[in-house]
Parts: sequence; structure tokens; C-alpha cells
Amino acid sequence: MINDMNPRDIVGEFRETVLNLYGGMQRKVFYTGIETPYPDGKLIVSTTDPTGIITHVNQAFIDMSGYTEAELIGAPHSILRHPDMPSAAFKDLWDTVERGEKWQGFVKNLRKDGGYYWVKATVVPNIRKGVVVGYTSVRRKPSRTKVEECIALYPTLF
Amino acid sequence: MSFLFTVSPDFTPDHLSGWYIFNTWLQKQTGVAIHLEMYNGFNAQREAISQDKVNLIYANPYDAAMLVREKGFLPLAKPVGESDEAIIAVSASNPVSDAAELTPGIRLAFTDDPDVKMMGMIMLEPGDLDVGNMQSMPCDAYVQVAKHLLRGEADVGIFLAEAYDGLSEMIKKQLKILVRSQISVIHHSLMIGPGLLDKREQFQQCLLGMTGDEKGRGVLESLGFRAWEKVDDEEMEFMIDLMDTLTL
Repeated sequence: MINDMNPRDIVGEFRETVLNLYGGMQRKVFYTGIETPYPDGKLIVSTTDPTGIITHVNQAFIDMSGYTEAELIGAPHSILRHPDMPSAAFKDLWDTVERGEKWQGFVKNLRKDGGYYWVKATVVPNIRKGVVVGYTSVRRKPSRTKVEECIALYPTLF
Repeated sequence: MSFLFTVSPDFTPDHLSGWYIFNTWLQKQTGVAIHLEMYNGFNAQREAISQDKVNLIYANPYDAAMLVREKGFLPLAKPVGESDEAIIAVSASNPVSDAAELTPGIRLAFTDDPDVKMMGMIMLEPGDLDVGNMQSMPCDAYVQVAKHLLRGEADVGIFLAEAYDGLSEMIKKQLKILVRSQISVIHHSLMIGPGLLDKREQFQQCLLGMTGDEKGRGVLESLGFRAWEKVDDEEMEFMIDLMDTLTL
């Protein structure tokens, strides 16, 4: 279950759209052109259950997403999904981790206030006694060159 | 029969005697004969681990993954409030103020401390830097990394934050920190191997009770620690998964 974004939370002028998310969910989102720079030296860390429901976040995740911990725990990870991200990227992510492999890519994430931040994301399956019990996702500061490449590439993937 | 205890070679040299004091204390508390062996470097220590000579180890997070997954070690405890953090520093006279401004071809000084090097390399990524486009200057110790920067022989250095903070004020004045990691969840752990696993609970109880008596507190002080706290299996697995995401 995921709620639509609330226009009262948005900072600045915004556009709106409806996203089709994994599992048949839809979400109305509001987004601005305001970027929050990735903080130097920090890692954003989260874990999810096997279906992508958030089970743990660290403080950097809370700070960068703009949501409270209570709003994040139990929500699908796609609460961060930005309309500029092509669904092909997330299909590749899921296909890769479901094979038990590590996925890495550059992601534009949507904040609660409608702004965005770019990350270099790595996702690994959490395997306990041979069973995948969830996924750990770690985001770090991306190189600007790579971000610029993605800004050019991602619109061509829709 | 004597069991073998070793400490990750990246320990702070000031605490060398502390580990011997700790080992004596641990033997008295547990009644187990333990020999402390300090190896000169990571390679010598890993060789001993591969030959199954090691039974107890204060391990860096990079080696912890291998110890759990390949050698059947389990975590005992970690020092309270201590985490492994890295620093990227340049000479104070270097005009660069952000790691992203560094350019390929620079000379990078670092030690063979595996998790610190890994964290440092991650912090250099925003400048599109990697091992393939930098000149490597491996060093035996962090003081050497500092010296290379001061002499202008290296452009950038990777430090264990604790080691950087321990440099003399005179040296630090001539250096400039570009980035200090704030990861918090990567830490060294005391780990127990297959030959001693039946004593895991006993060892944990001894460690956690150290703050309860004067001698124990003195031993902790000689290690530079406040106290030990228990590390359970899932916490260790979480750290290993996290390290896995960071491995380049």
C-alpha cells in the first residue's frame, strides 16, 4: 500500500503525474526541479523484505528522503520512485537481485518535498541459510559525469 | 593445548601492550590457554587464517566476511562507540577543496588497511577516480602517508580517521581534510573460531562484564575502549552484506 503524495508537503513549483509501480500499484506524485546535493562521506542504507517493503533505514536515508522513519518502515521502496526514472532500470534491478547477484546503477530519487537527489546505488540479496530474506541497498555519492550521462540516457529508455 | 589469538594489523600502535594485557586477563577469566600472536601485516595474518591456525581474532570488517563465510567464525563483541571511518586529505597548500575536483593521474598514498582503502576509494569516486587512473603509492603506516603529502610526493592520502586524528598538531596543520566518512556501521569485531565455539557464551559474558570490576576497566583503558557490546549473528550478517555492496 502506498499513499499519493500530498501537495502541502511540496516545496516550490511542481508538476504532477501518476506512476505505475511494481505490484500493480499506482501513485500520484508531485515533483519539482530542486536538487538536494548528496552529502560528502555519507552512505544511505536501507533493507527491505523480499517484496521490496522497507524494514530498516539509517539516518542519512531519513535526512535525504525527507520522510520520517515511521513513514518509511513498512512502505514499498518505490516511495522514492522519480518519474524521470525509466521502469527498465528497476526491471533490471529486480531481475539481477532475484538471480542472487549484485546490482549497481545510478538513480534519481524523489523526496517527500518533491525535490530529488542522485545516488550511485548498490543492491545485494541478504541470503541466510540459503534463503533470500531481503535486500540491502546502499547509496553513495555519484560522480557528476555519470549523472550527466544518465540525464541524457534515461529519457531514451521510456 | 593453547589457542591462538591475533589482532588485525591495523590496530593503533599505542595499544600494542594493551592487547597483551587483555590476553592475560582473558586467560585468567576463562581458564583457557591463549597465545597472542601479532602478525606484521595482513598477508601474514591471512596466511595463518587460511591454515586454520587462528582461534580468536580482533578482525577488521573486510576480513570479517571471509572469517564468517569461509572459516565458520562467529562474532563475540565490538567496542562501544567505535566505528571505522576514513579520511581523504591533501596538503594544506593544495588549492583543491572538494574530492570531486581531483583529476585522473594524481598520486595516491594509502596503507594496505583493506576497509579504510575501500572507504577512501568510494569517497574518490565523485571525481571519477579509480585504481586505473591514479598512481598508487602504497605505505606501511599512516605517518608515511602524511609524510608523502607534506613532501609533495603524493597529491592525496587515505587515512583511518582515528590514525589521522592521532597525528601531531604540527603535521595536521600542514594537511587539509577533503572528506571524512560518516558511515557509523562498519566496525572491528572480536570473533571466535570453530575450535572455541563451545566457549562463545562464556567469552561473551566475560567481555560484557569487564566494566563491572576495576581490573576489567583498567584492561579496557589500556585498549583505548570504553566497553565491549555484544554482536549477534544477524548484526554481523548485516555488516557483511553492507561490505558486499561497497566492494569495488
